[in-house]
This record gives sequence, structure tokens and C-alpha cells, in this order.
Amino acid sequence: MEHVREFFAAERGDDGKAVGTSLARSDALGHVTGQTQFYADRQFPGMLHLKMVRSPHHHARIRSLDTSEAEKLPGVVRVITHKDVPANVYTILRLIQVEPNDEPVLAEDKVRFKGEQVVAILAESEAVAREAVARVKVDYEELPAVFDVEEALKPGAPLVNEYHGHNWFTYEGHHCRRVRHGDVEKGFAEADHVIEERYESSPIEHAPVETTGCIVVPEANGRLTCYSNTQALFFTLDNAGLILNVPFQKLRLIGGTVGGGFGGKVDVITEPVAMLGAMLTGRPVKYAYSREEEMQVSSPRAAERLYIKDGVMNDGRIVARKVRLYVDAGAYSRHSPYGTTKASAHMPGPYTIPNVSVDAHCVYTNRTPSSAMRGFGVTIGDFALEVQMDKLARLVGMDPIAFRIRNAYRDGDMKAHGELTKGAALVETMQAAAQIAGWPISAEDAAASSTRAGG
Amino acid sequence: MAKLPLIFTVNGAEQAEFVDGDALLVDVLRDKLGMTGTRVGCGQGTCGACTVLIDGAPALSCLTLAVRANGKDVTTVEGLAMGGTLHALQTAFAEGFATQCGFCTSGMLVAAKALLDRDPDPDRDAVVDAISGNICRCTGYEPIINAILAAAADLRGARSA
Repeated sequence: MEHVREFFAAERGDDGKAVGTSLARSDALGHVTGQTQFYADRQFPGMLHLKMVRSPHHHARIRSLDTSEAEKLPGVVRVITHKDVPANVYTILRLIQVEPNDEPVLAEDKVRFKGEQVVAILAESEAVAREAVARVKVDYEELPAVFDVEEALKPGAPLVNEYHGHNWFTYEGHHCRRVRHGDVEKGFAEADHVIEERYESSPIEHAPVETTGCIVVPEANGRLTCYSNTQALFFTLDNAGLILNVPFQKLRLIGGTVGGGFGGKVDVITEPVAMLGAMLTGRPVKYAYSREEEMQVSSPRAAERLYIKDGVMNDGRIVARKVRLYVDAGAYSRHSPYGTTKASAHMPGPYTIPNVSVDAHCVYTNRTPSSAMRGFGVTIGDFALEVQMDKLARLVGMDPIAFRIRNAYRDGDMKAHGELTKGAALVETMQAAAQIAGWPISAEDAAASSTRAGG
Repeated sequence: MAKLPLIFTVNGAEQAEFVDGDALLVDVLRDKLGMTGTRVGCGQGTCGACTVLIDGAPALSCLTLAVRANGKDVTTVEGLAMGGTLHALQTAFAEGFATQCGFCTSGMLVAAKALLDRDPDPDRDAVVDAISGNICRCTGYEPIINAILAAAADLRGARSA
């Protein structure tokens, strides 16, 4: 635990008195009295409502766009298309050098997933905005769509995202994020048993009770104040500044009160277009997802598919692990290139295996773009790894806890991605869990330690 | 659209407004009366965040036309505390970590009040049933159920004391 103390030395007293005590939440009284102010609890005179024309197709070329009937509707104040957006194409993580920009704020010549933003309508009321949305005519030429990560990687698959030129994110010149440690084929050749299993997950929607949204207010001093329920105020501020081509100090983000996030509110989608609306009209603009929009277009946890091939000895040592992992990014990058890297670095799990090979693919498909959700890149991999560990334990006739203690990483072990293990506590955690669960373990396993070499 | 008169009682105080015929109760409470404690989570009557009491019975204010509340007695989360003293449910929710993000809390409290007003000694199943129309995505419900049972016991104790 020394390194924990070292990292957090400046941040807390180390008197050890916080753990085990019950501290009142600072926001509880506001919540129980209804006084907590969420972004939508603010009202501004003259506030406009923004509603979005969305793609009804998974993949289509936009031949033409006719907003004239919408513009004629009384109460419609402004119609916004991609031509109004100063720098329309972006990607959220360009702030940490993820390239290329691959996502339009508003669709240009193509839509790449069902529900994609095409035209924004600003109107005096929500009802008028909705009616105007229905009056926008978009002439689409439907294109073949691809919904499966492995299908998307085959030659001849429909090209989802032209900014990449192929259906995968490129990692330093490679078509996937790779981890290489030892010689995995040699490991398989020497193993007593070799098995390969396939694991798959569906996208998961966060479904926060408060839907995603923001209100943007133009101030007399020329700044825009944005009240948002984003989980990522600074991602939003910086990306919005770049999209709108305005200096960052012209934008003021107010947030921090989020009615359920779980990672679903870290994308930058509603704020830039609402800010643009406020800039173009000089009036406050509210852009709030309906429940249907929250379910259809907000980013879910990525669907993943994993193939895990293991070589294991009769005594329970895993000697080789080869993982092929696919993350379904959907139509655009958002946080998935990062999530895929995280997934690769998380392999082969908290176990010391001398020979490891990981290919982690970040794949573009015509599904809703996926993004962050509680431990994204790790959670699905852990599910697959731990099911695999149980299968391996059965294969060699070992107790599942004993099998994990045999393979658990210890301090000083080299991890597959080249970092030395320190501060490991897996052995001790399993010992404690076994005790609480009344699960019998051997005297040898009870005496095992993360600070001593394993089986 | 012609405006219609709406005269009703909200948290004990008489209110008079002119509203559109298609105006929703939740919008009148939030936008006209400034009582934003009642939240909108879905607009479809599925999440329960907008729950209020109309003449003591829980109602989804996002699916209730405002004019339907004419002449009625409406209670919102803002009406639970009495003269600066928190309702036992509010205290139990705050102390029992029954709130996390807080967005479902108002509707949960109001639904729970309807239960305790009707049944001062509910069992666990009755509590689960009373909040079955209210979705919480943070807590896993257990702290909420426990807080409602604790508040019920607290209120019974106060009565018998």
C-alpha cells in the first residue's frame, strides 16, 4: 500500500479515520427537499427549443435536403444545417491526440447510423419544433449497412466511415492494438491442454432517469453560458470551442449536477449545436433528449466479442493465452479507440502468464456509436476471462479459487504489457472472499501471498 | 389556443392560473409555479420521477392534463416538509443513503408518502409495491425500501409517544 500513500499523500489526512464511518452526503438535503437544481430547472425568458431531424436509416447517402416547408412554419426561428457549423467534423478525444476527426456535428453527405443528427430546428415551443422536424424533406439513397464486427472487417464490407478509409481504427500503423509477451505458439505447443472459447456481449444503454441535455444562454458580455448535465465539462468546453471556432474563454460551462450518468454523459453532442443556436439567434436555447432519443441515439456500452485461447498444464499453470478482441465502436470513434486500448492492456487479466498475445480491434459498424460506461473496455473482458478461468479449472480438475491463486499475479511479476506488478492484492482478496463465503481452501492457499512467488 | 382557468391547491396554498387546454400538470408546476422539485424523466408515464399526489393519491403529472387538477389538492415534494421540519421520509432518505443522483428522489418520496398515509405499518412487499412505478438507476432500491420502512417505524413511534 506504500505507493497508494505516496500518490495520495497531498490529498488526504492519513489518520485512517474515514473508513468505517458513515459521512452524510453533501447533496442529500437538496435531493430530499426537491431543491437540488438540475440543468432543466432553470428558466430564461425567450428560451427556444431545439429539436433534431434524425436519420431514419442505418446507412444512406444524402442526395438533397429541403428545409423550406419547416422554415415557413410560424414559430420556427432558425434552421441549422452542417453548413452553419464553423468546424463541423470532430472527434471528442482529439484533445488527447486521437486521430482522425471522424464525426460531423450535423450530417453532411452521409448518415452512418439510425438516429444521426441531420438538421436542427429552433422554435418558440417544443410542439412547433417537433412539427417543423416532420416538415424537413431529406432525400436519402440507402446504402448497404454492416452490423457485425467481424463482417465489417471482411474484404468487400460496406465502408462505414470514410475518414478512416476502412472499418477499423489504426493504432500506430497497425489495424489493431497489439500486446506481445513471450512466444504464445511455443506455449501452446508445450501445454497439456489447449482450449479456445468465444464470448460476446450486446450494447448496454445506461438509461439515466434524467435524459441528456443542456441550456445555453447568450450573455451581454458576449460569452455563452451553458448549463449542462455533462459528466465531462472540460471535454465539452474544449470541443465546443474548436467546433464553433471561438476562444475557450468565451464559453462558460456550468454543471456538476447529473441525474444519472454512468458514463453515458461524457460525449459532446448536445452542447455545440445548442451553443451555435444561441450564437445565431441571440436567444437562450434548450436541447434536451426525449426518452426515445436517450434510448436510440445516446452512446451505449460497446458490444464486444472475444476469442480466448489458452494453454494450461495439468498442475494448473496457464502457460499461454491468446486473445482476439473486437470492440463495436458503432459509426464513430467517440471513446472507443481509448476503450479498446484499455481492453488490450487489461489482458490477460490479473494472472501471470509467460506467453501472451492480444489483438484488440476497434471496429466501425452502422450501429449507434458506443462510448463510456462504468469500466468500459474492462468489464466485458473480465466477464469472459473469469468464465474462462472456471472452464480451465474444471478442465484440469482444480478448485476454481485454488486455480486462480495458482495463477494470480504477484508483486514483481512482469505483466504482458511490460509493467512490473506492484501493490497486487488478488491473493489476499480471494482468501478473504473464500472466508466470508465459507468456501474451503487448502492450508497452502491460505498461506499464499501477493508478495511471494506463486505456484 | 384559448386559455382555461385552473384553480387548485398546491401544498396547502391556493393557486390560480390560466393554462392551455393541452398543458400538462408537471409543466404548470415547474414552469408557472416554479416548483421544479417534480422532475421529468420520460414524459411517457414509465419512470415515476414526476409523481405528485392529487387528493392524496399518487398521479403521474407528466400524463395529467393540468385542467384535470382544477379544484383538487395537489402535493409535491416541496410540500413534504412542515415549517422547516423535514418529513420522516426525507430524514430517513437522507440518513439512509437512499439518494444518489437525486433525480428519482422526489417521485419516490411522494409515492412513499401516499403509502404511509394509507398504511402506517406496511411490510416490505407493500413498500416494494408502492414504489414499483418509480425507477431508480443508482441505488439498487434496497436503501430506498429500508428508508421507507425506517420512516414508517419512526412515524409510528412519534404517534405512540
